[in-house]
Amino acid sequence: MQIEVFILVDRIRSLSIEDGLVQCDSAVPVDSSIYLGHFPGHPILPGVLLIESMAQTAGWLILAHTKFERFPFLSIVNEAKLRDFVTPGMQLLLEARLLHEGSGFFKTSNRVLVDGKVKCEAETTFRVMPFPSPVFRENVIAQARRVGFPAELVPNAG
Amino acid sequence: MSTTFDTVANIISETCDIPRENIKPESHAIDDLGIDSLDFLDIAFAIDKAFGIKLPLEQWTQEVNEGKATTEQYFVLQNLCARIDELKAAKGA
Repeated sequence: MQIEVFILVDRIRSLSIEDGLVQCDSAVPVDSSIYLGHFPGHPILPGVLLIESMAQTAGWLILAHTKFERFPFLSIVNEAKLRDFVTPGMQLLLEARLLHEGSGFFKTSNRVLVDGKVKCEAETTFRVMPFPSPVFRENVIAQARRVGFPAELVPNAG
Repeated sequence: MSTTFDTVANIISETCDIPRENIKPESHAIDDLGIDSLDFLDIAFAIDKAFGIKLPLEQWTQEVNEGKATTEQYFVLQNLCARIDELKAAKGA
């Protein structure tokens, strides 16, 4: 998890279009300036970052569905529940499951687990739109390769 | 068995917290009920699920933007319900 650049997924563990499921790993940083304020003497990962981590996880699943032709922009967060503290050094298992592919939007159900225990969950809706620029698309494809996106699903850049 | 309109009206009422009695067949979802495009995503999801269809929102939006259709054709509820019935019939055909 690279909080400072808002890249919150370390690695894709598995991704299946057929099953509509993606699982990712992410390690909560031991040190971060965020903990100076959140909170002094009681460092915990902000809930907004947990929700974003679920959104980024779901985003990889949706990119697989759109074959990197359209990018998912987070639009709605429903039923978010932050059940327990997530603290420095924890190893997160991020899961996103496809609930529905609509016309121009996707809806997913997501959760974050630590040692098999659900720490938080939410449903998210994304609008899918053409990539705003070719450079952006190329950067997303490069990031897909870095996080272990299934090679057979990654298009050639350009 | 509830009608298409009843199902759609209940979805809109629950999704957007609009009193059910204010939702009528002649209501325009946008102009009369104040539903915006984001709220309509939730509504479309619920309608898709309820009827086992996929509302072609992108196609409708494109037609409206290009002047080939009016919002009334798709977003006045009785017209929306007619479209849903068409999609249901096409699915069953």
